[in-house]
Parts: sequence; C-alpha cells; structure tokens
Amino acid sequence: MRPTDILKITPQGLYCAPGDFHIDPVRPVAQALVTHGHSDHARPGHGSVLATTETLRIMAVRYGEGFCGTAQEARLGESVAIGDARVTFRPAGHVLGSAQILIEAGGCRIVASGDYKRARDPTCLPFEPIACDVFITEATFGLPVFRHPDLASEVRKLLDSLALFPDRAHIVGAYALGKAQRLMALLREAGYDRPIYVHGAMERLTDLYKAEGVPLGEVRKVVAAERGKLGGEIVICPPSAIQDLWARRFPDPVTSFASGWMRVRARARQKGVELPLIVSDHSDWDDLCATIRETGAGEVWVTHGEEDALVHWCRTQGLEARPLHMIGYGDEGDDADAPREEPAA
Amino acid sequence: MNRFAALLDRLAYEPRRNAKLRLAAAYLRETPDPDRGYAHAAMTGALTFRNAKPALIRGLIAERTDPVLFGLSYDYVGDLSETVALMWPTPQAGAPGHNRPPAPTLTEVVETLASASRSELPARLAGWLDHLDEIGRWALLKLITGNLRIGLSARLAKTALAQIGEMEPNAIEEVWHGLEPPYESLFAWIEGRGPRPESVDPAPFRPPMLSHPLEDVTDFRAALDPASFSAEWKWDGIRVQAVAGFHEGRKTARLYSRTGEEISGAFPDLIDALSGDPHFVGAIDGELLILRDGRVQSFNVLQQRLNRKTISPKLIHEFPAHIRAYDLLAEGEEDLRALPFAERRSRLEAFVGRLDPQRIDLSPIVGFPDWPALEAARADPAGAGAGVDAEAVEGVMVKRLDSPYVPGRPKGLWFKWKRDPFVVDAVLMYAQRGHGKRSSFYSDYTFGVWRQGQAGPELVPVGKAYFGFTDEELAQLDRFVRKHTTNRFGPVREVTHTADAGLVLEVAFEGLQRSTRHRSGVAMRFPRVSRIRWDKPPREADRIETLEALLATYPEPETTDP
Repeated sequence: MRPTDILKITPQGLYCAPGDFHIDPVRPVAQALVTHGHSDHARPGHGSVLATTETLRIMAVRYGEGFCGTAQEARLGESVAIGDARVTFRPAGHVLGSAQILIEAGGCRIVASGDYKRARDPTCLPFEPIACDVFITEATFGLPVFRHPDLASEVRKLLDSLALFPDRAHIVGAYALGKAQRLMALLREAGYDRPIYVHGAMERLTDLYKAEGVPLGEVRKVVAAERGKLGGEIVICPPSAIQDLWARRFPDPVTSFASGWMRVRARARQKGVELPLIVSDHSDWDDLCATIRETGAGEVWVTHGEEDALVHWCRTQGLEARPLHMIGYGDEGDDADAPREEPAA
Repeated sequence: MNRFAALLDRLAYEPRRNAKLRLAAAYLRETPDPDRGYAHAAMTGALTFRNAKPALIRGLIAERTDPVLFGLSYDYVGDLSETVALMWPTPQAGAPGHNRPPAPTLTEVVETLASASRSELPARLAGWLDHLDEIGRWALLKLITGNLRIGLSARLAKTALAQIGEMEPNAIEEVWHGLEPPYESLFAWIEGRGPRPESVDPAPFRPPMLSHPLEDVTDFRAALDPASFSAEWKWDGIRVQAVAGFHEGRKTARLYSRTGEEISGAFPDLIDALSGDPHFVGAIDGELLILRDGRVQSFNVLQQRLNRKTISPKLIHEFPAHIRAYDLLAEGEEDLRALPFAERRSRLEAFVGRLDPQRIDLSPIVGFPDWPALEAARADPAGAGAGVDAEAVEGVMVKRLDSPYVPGRPKGLWFKWKRDPFVVDAVLMYAQRGHGKRSSFYSDYTFGVWRQGQAGPELVPVGKAYFGFTDEELAQLDRFVRKHTTNRFGPVREVTHTADAGLVLEVAFEGLQRSTRHRSGVAMRFPRVSRIRWDKPPREADRIETLEALLATYPEPETTDP
C-alpha cells in the first residue's frame, strides 16, 4: 500500500481509509483521533473521539462534557486496531496530553505528529521519536531564523524587568492551554514564589493542570476591581488581552508576550509588545530538522506553517517531501478562549 | 558595541515617545566620546560607508546558507539585517581558534567600516559577526544597511541630544549641517564645555514648517475666519528647500528634501542655475516640479526623473527641473522666519521677481472671500486660475497671514485641504508579504477590474495598494489571503478571483495616467484601500471603461514615456 492510499487529504482533514477515521478534523466527522487539546486540532461535534485522557479532559473543559458522541481513552504506547489499521499514541511534548499518532497499515508506518517540541517542558511528557516511513510534521517555525534561545534566559528577562520596574504590572500574553502553565512552572523553577495572577479565561485550564498533578504554586484569578493594586506582579492572560482595555487598568503595565513569534522584531512590534519572551511550544528550525532525521523517515509531509522552507530542506537531504497545504490549523489561542473586557465588577 | 546594541534593542521595543527620548538621552549622557557621537550619527542616518554596503552582507550570508532558505527567511522577516543576524551560523563554543575576544567598540566598528578596503571588509565583518550575539549582529548590520527601523526619527534623536543640555532641538538643527561625526565639538557645546560650533555651511538646511489637514479642525467653516488666511495651490511634486550662500567669497547652492537630505546631486541643472544667478542668495521653501514649455507636468513625469543613478544630459533636457516658490526663509544673511507670512510673502514676490522664471517662479495666491469659494476652487483648480497646470494640483494650502515660519508641525497655523480622491471597486487578485512593520503579513495587494476578454469578462490588474487599512483589517485581509490562495509564485500568492468568489476592495487614488508599462494601460497615483467590501460579489466590481472615462477628462500627455 502506498502512503497516499493510507492517508488522504479531505476537506475535513487527514483521513485514514483503512481505519475509516480522521486525524484532528476541522469539521465534524464520525470518528476522530485527536493529537492534542488546542482548538485548531480538537474541535467539538464528532461522533467519537479517541485521544489521551488529558486531551479528553481538556476538550470537556472547553466544550462541555457532551463535546462528542463517545469519548475513548488512548493509552500511551498501547497499540489498538481500528479497522484495517493499527494506531499507537506516543507523547509529543507539546502541551499536557499531547500525542503523536503512529498508524500502521499495509506494511507502512506513518506518524502524524500533530504539534510537537523537543525543548524541556515541566508540564508534559517529553517527545519520543518514532521510527517510521512517513513523518507528518508541522512547520510553524519552519524557517532557519527561528532558533529558540535558552529558556532560562527568557524567564530571567521577565524577572529582571520585574526587578527594574517593581511598581509596574507585568502583563504576559500566553496561550491559555499549555504556554500559560509552562510559564508558571518555569517561573517556579527560577525561584519565583509570589502568587501568579491569571486572566479569568485561563482559570479552568490552569485548575485542570493542577488537578493532573502539575505543581504551579499559588495562582490567583485577577479580580477586576483590584487590578490597580497589582503593580509589581506577574499577570498571565490570553494574547488578545494584552492590548485590550482589560490590560490598561493595571498600574503602568509592561506588555509582554511569550511566544516563538517574538523572535521576529516586527511581530513583537505589530502586537505592541515591549518585553518579548521567546518561549515556544513548537519545535524551532534545528529541532524540526533533527527530529525528521531521527525518525529515519524517507518521506516527509508538512502540514501547516512555513512549509516551503522545510520541504526544500528535506529535498536537499535526499528525502521526499511535500506540503499538504492544510487549512484551518495554526490559529490556536487568540480566539479560542476569547478574552473580552470582563463585565465591570 | 554591546551597549549601543542594547540601546537599539530597547528603543526598538519601546513604543512611547518620551520613554524613547529618555533612553536615548541617558545613553548620550553616559557614554564617552567618540562612541556616543557615532551612535548619534547612526541614529540620525548620518553614517554612510563607501565600501560597506548591503551587498557585502548579502555576499557573506550567501557563502554560509542555502539561497532558497535565505530567500524564504528574508521574505518572512522583511529586514535584511535581522534575517542575517538570526540565520548567521555561529561557530561552536569551544571550537579551536575561537577564544572569545572582547566585543569591538562602536568606534572601532565605525572607523573600520569607513576605512577598510573592499578586500579587507568581508573577513573583518565576518569575524565580528562570529563573536557577537544575535542582538549585537543585528545592530552591527543595521549600521551598514543604514535604516535602523527602531521607531526613532532623526528629529527625535536630535531632541534627545538637546535634552542632555536642556536646549531646544532647533538650536541643534541650526548647527547640525556642516558638522561631522563624532561631533565632539557639538557635545562640548551642549554640555557647556565649549563654544557654539561655527557652522561653516553657507547653505544650511532649515527644518521645514508642516501643516495639518483642514478637515481635522472641528467645523472649520465656522471656527476659522477666512479673512485671516491666505490660500495657494498644493502642488503635486516634492517639497524642497533651495539654499545658497557665500563662504570666503565662494558661493554654494544646495537643494534639500523636506527631511533635510541633500538632493543637489540629482538636480545639477537646477544647482547650476541657482549658483549662477547673482540674485539668488537666501533660502526658498518650494515645490520641485518638471516644467515643459511652461506647463507643470504630472507627478508621474517627475517620478521618471527621480531615483536615477546617472543624470544624463538627455534626462535633464527632457525633464527640466523647476521650483515653484512658497516661502522665503532667508534673504542674504537675514533670517526671515520670525516675520508674519504676509510680510514674508511680499519679500518672496520681490525676491523671485529678480530670478530666472524658467527656474523659479511663484506659487500664485488663490483669492477667496469665503470657504465655499475656496471649496469651489479646490474642486475645479483649472477654472480657478491653475489653468492647464490643474492636473498637478492636489488641493489647496491655507496659511494664517500672521503665521511665523515655525519648524515642525505647529497647531493652528497652516492647513492642507486635499482634493477628494477618486474611488473604484476592484477585485483582489494577488498578495505579497510586506516589509518592515508589516513583515510576515500579506499586506501588498494587486487588484484588478473587469474588461471584455476573448473568452468573456476577465480581470485585468490596474494597481497595487499596501496601505489605507487598519491593523485589524490587515489581519482580516491576511487571513483571507491565506485561506483563498490558489497559486504561489515565490513571495506572491494568487488569490481566488472569479465572478462569484473573491474579495472586492474599494480603492481610492489621486489621479490616473496612461501607462505603457501596465497591462491595463493605466497607472494610478497614490492608490490605497479605502474600504473592504466584504459584502460585494466580485462580478459587481468596476469595469475598465470606468477608469478610461476618467482618463478622458484629462488632457492627453504631450510626450510619451521615454
């Protein structure tokens, strides 16, 4: 069987014919396998969903318990048969519960890696390379200008700024699922022991992380009326809130944003960010290239992001590669947990 | 170098003007000579290096990276220095032969860039790049590419400099031209340690006075008394300052753009005329235009003379440069800027009266008893005295009769009242990523209108627009482009554009020219997106005949493109 007979691109997303299921479908389907809980990959309304326990819990928090017909738990490392295909979930190191999906059918091994990273993350299991024939990769940061710096130095930038401006609130934009909690954990590792304040839109996911046993220290929800008293504190909020009226009510706020995009100056300036923190839950260029080599795949499919450059690189390495031009991915975060000005309290 | 790099880095992320000023002033106050002088020169764009050019950077990166990956990265980042700073492959720490030498000082960098030979430079630059971090590399490369893009204008840098000695920024401007980096005498004067540097420049630049849109004045027809104002045409050329003076018996004439950049080299014909005319000693504020047989040519014609590397006699002959004078800033040695406009105007009339009208003439006054009369003149300049030159009028200027000439954009003295733009509904056809602030967004849009093709109606591109929309609209347009891409040509994406599917943009523009270079046969002046018509199906966009009808209202150009 050729890989393209096993996995096809449909308007719903990647479709596995031998197993009759979709991976991370963008529209409702009968049977969905979901790699992780970000809203561009995990959407409500499917007949059945197979995903890790943590991903299912994240979906339930976001969409309510009835987010699909039947939810089925995928145990990491356990191979299960679906139709004529076998699937195995393994950690992807992206966010809590994130997984790659190995599909074996017709003697061919294909890995749909979802989103993944290789950098350290105290809030989730690390990525495990899987030997395969075809590796399906994202390319969010698929350009050689994206080289994520040392994490500790980025966290140090935030703490240094707090020391320099002890009266200013530090408003840090971070995706509500994963980035926010990773940042909290990294701050704790760096010895920061004051309460960390969060925007209301982050509270439930943060509580979920804590319930799953991720130590985050004391986290307090921002009470709208008390914003003026939070000078010198760290406040984490969804990216779209950093320029919101909501953020302007803090004492002389320093606008910060934790994202791999902060590597590019124009991106930071477009968002009005004064203190860019290059902290990413995606692989940087070097890690994308290293991971592709580690899997031993002879063929690489690139789903979303800066696919042209990664495809070009693969070809220069003698690998077959093609962009999938998939639509509907890469928009996680900004709108998912839509933070609007909270009603005056 | 590291301190300078840290300054540029902080300035680049600091959005508040006053905080920028504080950062720059603190650096200038605390950094010793000559580093601070070179830093200030970098911030004001006063550094140029004969041999160190962007091509040098391109050469170095081409030897070290895959050209396709570099191209894609540059296209994404939108800034050469930053792309190279991020992509530069640094030697492995601990590799033999890489004991970290101390980072070079800014002075060492600037002086080497200025003096090293073409053959020495690549190795020197590569050595520095190997040993600087990403921010250091970026700042170093910015010195060479010239445009810092840190949101700090030359004017703001001079304001910061003035602040360290509690001076007015215009006091700096007055002595600025004629001084060379690293400005040690200037710093000494500002800090009260030395005399005012004698500007030996006999033809200095004077910061120009700028205007506000009249429409920004709430209910201006009632708020402003027409009797207190004078009006003249707003000519569609480039605003210039022509200055001439004597030093030790020798006459010097110069032409400056409104930002203080000297552009004499591009207009030797004009400079010769100004130098040769014994009556021209002083400073004129005016508009640079191309005049043929006494007729002002459109901006399109002027553009064919601008930005040429070589100024051939043929070019000079076919595109004779001319100044239409608005104001007189100095006459002989006398500074007239404190006088009221009305008085300067009569001095200007007498002054220009003694000059060769082929080269300099007066911008005529447009008389108006009341605002409706001026509004009528603005709508029909041809009928209101501009005659055949009306095509080169882009509106009217309204100036208080008692206004002194104040550098900058003072409130309440001068106003511009531009003509209403033309608008057309066009269909988005292609998009390209922008540079600078817009980098990584699809922000340059090629749009077309319908015409009858051999196989039925087809879209023909009529122009390109890359502004006019808000940041929020830009994000929406960018998303539309990404989701409706039908084809890719390098950095350009083709976007769905059929009769039923696609996006209609309302495009505003200032004028229309016949063009042999555009497939549609027309070229727009100053096109911008004035509205996004999410509601309108592409089939209802305008047709080329609409534009051609507009063209017909203009007189035919007498000469075609060279």
